[in-house]
Amino acid sequence: MKVIDIKNVEKIYNDSEVKVHAVNGVSLTFEEGEFTAIVGPSGSGKTTLLNMLGGLDNPTSGEIIIGETNISKLKGSRLIDFRLHNIGFVFQAYNLIPVLTAKENTEFVMHMQGIKKSEREKRVKELLSSVGLGDRIDSRPAKLSGGQQQRVAVARALASKPKFILADEPTANLDSKSTANLLDIMEKLNKEENITFIFSTHDQRVVKKAHRVITLEDGKILSDEVKS
Amino acid sequence: MLLQIAWKNIWRNKVRSIVILSAIALGIFAGMFNMAFYYGMVEQRIETAIKTEASHIQIHNKEYLTDPDIRLYMSNGSEMTGCIKKLPYVKEASKRTIVNAMIASAETGSGVRIVGIDPDIEKKVTDIHQRLVTGEYLEGIRRNPIVIGEKLAEKLNVKVRSKVVITLQNVNGEMMYVSFRVAGIFKTSNTVYDESTVFVKNDDISGLLALTNDDIHEIAVLLKSNEGIDQTLADIRNKYPDRDVKTWAEILPEVGLVEESMNLSMFIFMGIILFALLFGIINTMLMAVLERRKELGMLMAVGMNKLRVFTMIMFETIMLSLSGGIVGILIGVGFTLLFSNRGIDLSTWGKAYEYMGYDTIVYPILNLDMSFQVVIMVIITGFLASLYPARKALKLNPAEAIRIDI
Repeated sequence: MKVIDIKNVEKIYNDSEVKVHAVNGVSLTFEEGEFTAIVGPSGSGKTTLLNMLGGLDNPTSGEIIIGETNISKLKGSRLIDFRLHNIGFVFQAYNLIPVLTAKENTEFVMHMQGIKKSEREKRVKELLSSVGLGDRIDSRPAKLSGGQQQRVAVARALASKPKFILADEPTANLDSKSTANLLDIMEKLNKEENITFIFSTHDQRVVKKAHRVITLEDGKILSDEVKS
Repeated sequence: MLLQIAWKNIWRNKVRSIVILSAIALGIFAGMFNMAFYYGMVEQRIETAIKTEASHIQIHNKEYLTDPDIRLYMSNGSEMTGCIKKLPYVKEASKRTIVNAMIASAETGSGVRIVGIDPDIEKKVTDIHQRLVTGEYLEGIRRNPIVIGEKLAEKLNVKVRSKVVITLQNVNGEMMYVSFRVAGIFKTSNTVYDESTVFVKNDDISGLLALTNDDIHEIAVLLKSNEGIDQTLADIRNKYPDRDVKTWAEILPEVGLVEESMNLSMFIFMGIILFALLFGIINTMLMAVLERRKELGMLMAVGMNKLRVFTMIMFETIMLSLSGGIVGILIGVGFTLLFSNRGIDLSTWGKAYEYMGYDTIVYPILNLDMSFQVVIMVIITGFLASLYPARKALKLNPAEAIRIDI
């Protein structure tokens, strides 16, 4: 089933009266259950494309359809609300709330969704167990390693039951052991629960695990390779 | 959950929060204690005004207060006091004969207001008899006893049993010279009153003025409580429409004005303190928001809407302000209770206070309504202080904010 449909998307920045085509006529589709890496050198348009997929930026032209919603036309609180219910984010720098425990960081998104406390608590336990942190639910981020923090971030991204998860360079700050561990967990979630992951990455370890690799250059798709 | 996060956020940077909390606590404490002090001072002044000087209500001839001529008397004094005493809130009513006269000792003279009273009834209306520093209340002297203020006694250089001569004009325009002997000397907190008011027996002064015992210039009415003023005032005005019936606040407008303006001036004072603190709170919250741009960007990215972001920052600011405010109020309450028994002695600067009718020892009064209103003011300050930092947060672009290196 098609999760994302990008139709001829362009993003133009008007810096210093010079038009910069950050993304230039990209069309893509993502199916449910994909494990895809978007790669490319710096300035190739990865981040801009990911921002637009995540509803954090609007395209200058073209359409981004998630499920049945054209998010290029959503604005303000409707767009924020759409993100809350449909998109999970994993950031490079984990971005957990330092004053909250692993449990509270994960629970917070569900709280914003208006989910009942009993249901939240049950799901938080399941999610943190699935990322291997069942015994650290009451730890604050400062007491967790980088790899553990990023796993909490994955649990948080999954908490809202999103249509897909956008992971922006999720392994950039991790050592090789933590990277391998995180990727194994994400791959397991992808296989067993059919969760759709889209990565933006430079990390070859991520690229190796990905089932599909999209390469961008100068805002255009250079290649779109599906591994067998 | 927003409340929980907001509370935890306050303690992220403990030193910074404690600095601003201390500033708020100190400011609120200063404001609270000042309010309690001022409130105590004014309440004492009002109590003196009612118990010593004016009572709750006074009744005169219509023109008497604008022109205190002895011929403007009321000729049915006993009947009026009898009726007034029957009103539900009235504790006692005292009839008085008043005349402006000259008082002279062997050394010097002074202008005074002579108040002719029935001592046994007057004791139930005013507390001059409790304020005697020496002698007795129109007793102990067989003929023409007089009670004078300490300030006047100093001026005339007289003591108890000293002779003074009163010079006055009676209702027929005849000059009268009568000697009185000092029975007692009183001292109130109002030196002007002490210097200008003397008390004699009604029986002694009426005859001199060529008036009967029923011809009086003033009826002073003391009530069982302040609550009955409006009702009693209306009752007396109804019964005696041709008389001038006034409350203590109308008789002593300067004291009435102080009472009326007390709340306003106290809130202006507290408002100034909070206004100054407002900038400190804004600064602290602004730093807190700018430090957390990345985190706020993440929250907005994952779906925290603007109302929630605003509410979180508002909660944080109000809780920060309120924590300091409550500490300040508690210290203020503690100090007020400590000094409410002990009193604060202002005798070093007492002369000016006494001249204005204020006691030199002030007993601060704790006013719970006032504390509650201060809490509300602190919450409003917190809310106002949150607006600018919250606006800064709401202007963040989540896509940019999450990539900021802090």
